[in-house]
Amino acid sequence: MNDKETPNNSSSDPELLSGGDALVRALQEEGVEKIFGYPGGAVLHIYDALFRQNLIEHYLVRHEQAATHMADGYARATGRPGVVLVTSGPGATNAITGIATAYMDSIPMVVISGQVQSHLIGTDSFQETDMVGISRPIVKHSFLVKHASEIPATIKKAFYLASSGRPGPVVVDIPKDITNPADLHPFLYPESVAIRSYNPAQRGHSGQIKKAAAMLMAAERPMIYSGGGVIQGEASELLKAIVTALGYPITSTLMGLGAFPATDAQFLGMLGMHGTVEANNAMHHCDVLLAVGARFDDRVTNTVSKFCPYAKIIHIDIDPTSISKNVAVDVPIVGPVSSVLTEMLAVIQNRPEPPTQDQTAALSDWWSQIEGWRAQNCLAYETDENLIKPQQAVQAVYELTKGQAYVSSDVGQHQMFAALYYPFDFPRQWINSGGLGTMGFGLPAAMGVQVAFPEAQVVCITGEGSIQMNIQELSTCSQYELPVKIINLNNRALGMVRQWQDMQYEGRHSHSYMDSIPDFKGLVEAYGHVGLSIKTPGDLRPGLEEAFSQKDRLVFVDIEVDPNEHVYPMHVAPNGSMRDMWLKKGVRT
Amino acid sequence: MIRRIISILLENEAGALSRVVGLFAQRNYNIESLTVAPTEDESLSRLTLTTSASDIEVEQITKQLNKLVEVVKLADLTEGDHVERELMLVKVKASGAQRAEVKRVSDIFRGQIVDVTSSTYAIQLSGTSDKLDAFIGALSESVVLEVVRTGVTGLSRGEKVLTL
Ligand SMILES: Cc1ncc(C[n+]2csc(CCOP(=O)(O)OP(=O)(O)O)c2C)c(N)n1
Ligand SMILES: [Mg+2]
Repeated sequence: MNDKETPNNSSSDPELLSGGDALVRALQEEGVEKIFGYPGGAVLHIYDALFRQNLIEHYLVRHEQAATHMADGYARATGRPGVVLVTSGPGATNAITGIATAYMDSIPMVVISGQVQSHLIGTDSFQETDMVGISRPIVKHSFLVKHASEIPATIKKAFYLASSGRPGPVVVDIPKDITNPADLHPFLYPESVAIRSYNPAQRGHSGQIKKAAAMLMAAERPMIYSGGGVIQGEASELLKAIVTALGYPITSTLMGLGAFPATDAQFLGMLGMHGTVEANNAMHHCDVLLAVGARFDDRVTNTVSKFCPYAKIIHIDIDPTSISKNVAVDVPIVGPVSSVLTEMLAVIQNRPEPPTQDQTAALSDWWSQIEGWRAQNCLAYETDENLIKPQQAVQAVYELTKGQAYVSSDVGQHQMFAALYYPFDFPRQWINSGGLGTMGFGLPAAMGVQVAFPEAQVVCITGEGSIQMNIQELSTCSQYELPVKIINLNNRALGMVRQWQDMQYEGRHSHSYMDSIPDFKGLVEAYGHVGLSIKTPGDLRPGLEEAFSQKDRLVFVDIEVDPNEHVYPMHVAPNGSMRDMWLKKGVRT
Repeated sequence: MIRRIISILLENEAGALSRVVGLFAQRNYNIESLTVAPTEDESLSRLTLTTSASDIEVEQITKQLNKLVEVVKLADLTEGDHVERELMLVKVKASGAQRAEVKRVSDIFRGQIVDVTSSTYAIQLSGTSDKLDAFIGALSESVVLEVVRTGVTGLSRGEKVLTL
């Protein structure tokens, strides 16, 4: 791609390595410690190279999708790119869902896929699939390696692309002959890389930042809306400093939870389709909105034409395509969140005049209005003597883990209950497939987090539907002794589907039943883990206490929850604005 | 919806073109014509495409194109004064009385006859797409046997250039 690489200045002649060894060496040069994968014909040379070294630890999954989610969870928890190794054909196609999941949430990932031998490409040969083609719309970039000598530079570029700018997955497809052990090439790992056609913004436009800061400081009904970009951009502390300095309310997207402490009084809870009354109303009524590392997703805005009708909008994002894609903004700032917020904080701290009395009064009126919405206590729910409410189960998990656990989730009602009832105080603590909404993500992602932080408490809050999409990974957990705690909010239903059917299809539960649910306790025991089954509210806390007391074991807690519970609040759709919400069954704003 | 001509400098690499075309399909943008060839700098291709889009849409399209790693630079030629050309070859039936008539129409449009048989002419014509359309319209339909067009290519007028 026409770029300049500076090779290591070593006086001796470069070592001669095969493509397979060169690949493994390149990964070592990138500081890769863990990779997640599954072998097959096209990657046997690479697996042999892995066998002959001990710097990189390989985790063998039971399905390639899980390898991508494990790498993804590892990346979300650490901020470092997750690395995946799969074979050609079915190995590669199995990885697709996980690549798309990472792409939608801008997660840095490098996926190495084996390919059939170069001379067989295009002949429909055994286990051939056009990986570069099939993954094209869901990768940040991809490479098909044409010659073994290209491996070092290609890997260098792959890691650079995956982790710089707006991060994302990069696929490196390597035909088998390229890794041939008999074919040796000089190994020189480039020290730096520059790609002439790729120059992500290094800082925001100072004029725009000043303008934005002035607009924010002059606001009467300000609101801050933060997203996953704040976490990816390592800007949580800066965000905290700005929000505290301004004394303004803040909300977060599903992806941004944890960037700002949820237990802080300035935090109004999550916004969007299942956002809180106070967050969604404050969005609707604000006069200045600061969006940071968020992308105005349709699960946030509800009807776009009714979105924030009174607001001037400031939008900070590293990706120019995110700006004015869904919602037109008044002050766009393209740049890394951390550098933009650093500059913005300086402007705010050197504010020429303190807020006027009128401004202070307006802000205090705004807060009273917000407290009024907050007092509606939209997350309250009715408990039942005989049935465990899913909300109750999540709250118990929160209390017993003292709010300190890494929590992964799948997709469905349980995911929303986790997001709403487990307040996240730290960035990277909440590990969730927000953009693609991938059922089956939760367990392998939790495993990736546990691999990254063996001592940490890692909880996967899942549903009986989602967990069965990658349940085979319980076997991987036995192999590597990953003591993840799985909290299965078992409502005997594809609950979120069922909720929509209740609300929009007059309760016709078309295929949202799970009629033949396994005996989870027995199943996890067969995999060598501890299974617990909790059926009554009285057993909830003692059961969970027992689960969390087993520090070194994977414990699967199957909790029978009320199958008729819905997630509220919920946006009224279609044609609703952000403040139009269902508050409970049959009751709306 | 306005017709746009977007001109792109692209890394001359395998797979780069498919990313551009794939982007249009994936994001539901339309491509009306597309032309691509290497430039004098053989590491680069120049790709010209036409699409119909509103101002807001074309802003997204150009940003999304720029986001492709292999796109080095691009310009929306329709934003300013520009020259655009398309080349067309038309094979027409040319026998009997038609023969003279076809030749006459071709001359009016400054076409060149590039192949002749006893019953056909192949005419080469270049100009704006409108002019090529008008030429086809001027030939009575029954005589047109085959039409091939290159798609639009173009550049900005004056000093403005799209180079590295
Ligand atoms: C792979 C995949 N297929 C289908 C869906 C659509 N979907 C969203 S939520 C849901 C139900 C999930 O059921 P469960 O895991 O039991 O969670 P619950 O809603 O019951 O808490 C389905 C089918 C999806 N998000 N992902
Ligand atoms: Mg369920």
